[in-house]
Amino acid sequence: MNLSFLQNPLVLVALVLINAAVGYVLARRHAMARAGGDARKLHSLPNYYGMTAAMAAGIPALGVLAIWLLAQPMLIQSALLPLLPADVVADSGRTSLVLSDVSRVADGLDRAVAAGVLDAQRIAALHTDPAGLRDTLGDVGVALGAEVEVYVLAAAEKSRSLDARADLLRAGVVLIVALAGMALAVRAASPTFRARNVVERGMLALLIFAASLAILTTVGIVFSMLFESLNFFRLHPWQDFFLGASWSPNFRGDSDLSILPLLWGTLYISFIALLVAVPIGLFAAIYLSEYAGPRLRAVAKPLLEILAGIPTIVYGLFALLTVGPFLVDVFGAGGPLSMEGLRGGDPLMAGATAVMTAGLVMGIMLIPFVSSLSDDIINAVPQSLRDGSYGLGATPSETIRQVVLPAALPGIVGAILLAASRAIGETMIVVLGAGAIARFSGNPFEAMTTITTRIVSQLTGDTDFASPETLVAFALGLTLFVLTLGLNVLALYIVRRYREQYE
Amino acid sequence: MTDTRHMSLLVRDTRTARRNRAETRFRIYGLAAIAIGLTMLVILLVTIVGRGSGAFQQTYLSVPVTLIEAKLDKNGNRDPADLKKVTTFGYGPLLRSAFEQMVDDGTIRTDLPAKKIAGIVSDGAEAQVRDAVLADPSLIGQTVTFEFLASGRVDGYLKGRVSRESIANDKNISAEQLDIVDQLRTAGLLEKRFNLAFITGADASDARPEAAGMGVSMVGSLFMMLVVLVLALPIGVAASIYLEEFAPKNWITDIIEVNISNLAAVPSIVFGILGLAVFINYMHLPNSAPLVGGLVLTLMTLPTIIISTRASLKSVPPSIRDAALGVGASKMQSVFHHVLPLAAPGILTGTIIGLAQALGETAPLLLIGMVGFIASNGPDSLGEGLLSPNSAMPAQIYEWAKRADPAFYERAWGGIIILLVFLITMNAVAVLLRRRFERRW
Repeated sequence: MNLSFLQNPLVLVALVLINAAVGYVLARRHAMARAGGDARKLHSLPNYYGMTAAMAAGIPALGVLAIWLLAQPMLIQSALLPLLPADVVADSGRTSLVLSDVSRVADGLDRAVAAGVLDAQRIAALHTDPAGLRDTLGDVGVALGAEVEVYVLAAAEKSRSLDARADLLRAGVVLIVALAGMALAVRAASPTFRARNVVERGMLALLIFAASLAILTTVGIVFSMLFESLNFFRLHPWQDFFLGASWSPNFRGDSDLSILPLLWGTLYISFIALLVAVPIGLFAAIYLSEYAGPRLRAVAKPLLEILAGIPTIVYGLFALLTVGPFLVDVFGAGGPLSMEGLRGGDPLMAGATAVMTAGLVMGIMLIPFVSSLSDDIINAVPQSLRDGSYGLGATPSETIRQVVLPAALPGIVGAILLAASRAIGETMIVVLGAGAIARFSGNPFEAMTTITTRIVSQLTGDTDFASPETLVAFALGLTLFVLTLGLNVLALYIVRRYREQYE
Repeated sequence: MTDTRHMSLLVRDTRTARRNRAETRFRIYGLAAIAIGLTMLVILLVTIVGRGSGAFQQTYLSVPVTLIEAKLDKNGNRDPADLKKVTTFGYGPLLRSAFEQMVDDGTIRTDLPAKKIAGIVSDGAEAQVRDAVLADPSLIGQTVTFEFLASGRVDGYLKGRVSRESIANDKNISAEQLDIVDQLRTAGLLEKRFNLAFITGADASDARPEAAGMGVSMVGSLFMMLVVLVLALPIGVAASIYLEEFAPKNWITDIIEVNISNLAAVPSIVFGILGLAVFINYMHLPNSAPLVGGLVLTLMTLPTIIISTRASLKSVPPSIRDAALGVGASKMQSVFHHVLPLAAPGILTGTIIGLAQALGETAPLLLIGMVGFIASNGPDSLGEGLLSPNSAMPAQIYEWAKRADPAFYERAWGGIIILLVFLITMNAVAVLLRRRFERRW
């Protein structure tokens, strides 16, 4: 009998679900039969007996399947290592490259067998002479960079046979767990069995599991970055990372990898963004909450908030193709404000990507962020404060400047800090609009680079996870995470304390 | 008072006038701020539509090509295996002779060699003829009129992006070729038409901007959204129910709460790093797969969904719960039978908004490799759709924005229009749902 269809995890999931449904029906019937067909004699409603069986049949089996799916590739890869030449195993970077080749070849062989191009005999013949395998695999859609080495083919074959066996074993174990769970639950279904309590306890456990995923995510973020950052600091001195003065990655090694020039670029761009967003956002919020009639408010507020819903890639393109060229027309060579005379023929702005380009566009993006947060905060200032001020004869603007804003100040500071954390972590606008040159410069019309752009450039393309040039991205990511987390916690603390003040 | 100011309420003194002027100024500042914000929005939208709408039109050239049997099928037996042996390279002469024919019958007047004339159609023209022949070998020997895509430069010429001045140093096109384009246009053989292939097609290589489309990346985005919906909605709702209805007030719940509000503010690129480190490097899930993209976006969207779900659970009045408990429901029954259905519209609205946010997210996708390659056609099955490398809409736009040929910029803006249409639709559905089903207690 051909059982190979069981190797597909999706088929397995479907089988487990069918089994759970069968368990539901059986357990419900069993309970009713034992109660002599009278549901009133049962402890719980009949459906709960069905649900105990469905949960017992489904949850443990799916849990086993999930853990197995996570563990199997790792176990098989470690089983393949003895088949590889010693010099490959010694170099962890090459090992991972060869292992990915192995999995590609194994995948290609699977496809070729499925397409009928190869069979077991012809694969065995290939072991002595793998020439031509690359073309065969290319025909079935698996492109390889070079001819297949003999040991790669051997490892691929081993991985295929191990995979096939492990997949079958997995199917067996999962189905046995599912059937056993179902059988136990159906047997337990008797009138005295407290089915509802069991089901509710099981559901509560599921709810708790879902809620704790948030913690798992944070732990995952911190640990994934922490481990790779530690690897980085083993290869590269931390003094250079935190205190060095230049950033010049060099994939042949011996790079200067200091965060300071990147931090300067990040902070400069964020500063310009806030310079745009804070006055505009704050004044818009003041006008909307203190002056505007309900009709203007109903129109202007949602329209402004559209700016926050536009994806950042759109802003990035806007910076690169519209704002950048426009700024070059004004401040670039031959432009009215290029100041070439003062700078010895050197225009203020050389290319479309610059701190100013990214900063202006990011500022536009942050306007609704500042305005809606400030709007909430200004609205939370009690009306009695305003009334008191009007009663003393102050004009509305005097009331706002001297009463409302001071009262709302902590909240507004919190809002600005949140906007700053957004600006620091923003990626697409700076990737497209800020440029790629790491330097300390005061000229906002020069290209500079940021932490996020360097993370993107170090981690895209061909990456070698054994070199400091790649691993530095994790240290940068961790710094970014700590920086934005600090700003957020501070901002939330300030906002919360401010809210309590008037509640 | 010894003050000399006259103290009439009817006549304004200078101080009042100054205060009133300050008042007016302050109002103007506020109005100006709103005006600037709205102007930026208008400029942004006008730019997008103005620069992107061109991508929905494409220039086509109709050319009668004689499919000479001696070139395509030497044995004359129409054996598909033999036909496949003729590569796209072998179709080049057919195309060139088709253009020579046009010169001979006077449609084109030029001194250029046929090879140069053929330069005005896309590099993919030979493949187009070959595909047609392989699909229907009976065409061999006949003269068939093909609709070829004009090359990106010619398309740009018709759209006003390329002019005779701008091509002075361009190796890809010459003024003589543009003369031919003008002649063909007067003859009615070359025209701009609605370009469905941009919406349904796949990305193309650097040399063929005219053939690039969004279709395959749209499928990639669709599969990612599927993953996000299937994972984030149940997990998010379950987590919210626990936190809002069951969780005792203790330090563990506090930690979860702080975690969720912080995760909502973590930069999206950090989730990309997490995806790269955990899903790809540790679990060895395939690079560039929509499944991985979906998992990363799920983690990113969860806080949004949890926050909005909790808000809608909180808005269900406690009297509903008390009534359910009063007639003997268990706590779990009161939540699942009564509170959750009442909160469902709000949960759905929050989920749609979370999905829209995930759909436009780019940065994490760059790190898990969803850029920089060309997926030639869409997936055949659910499993392949989840696991085979693909792009996503925003990643495709980024990819085009980075290419050197300005013809790709038009594609990028056009892609943004498609992306925004999706986002606007999703948000409109969310607003409608809220209006239709929201209950005030």
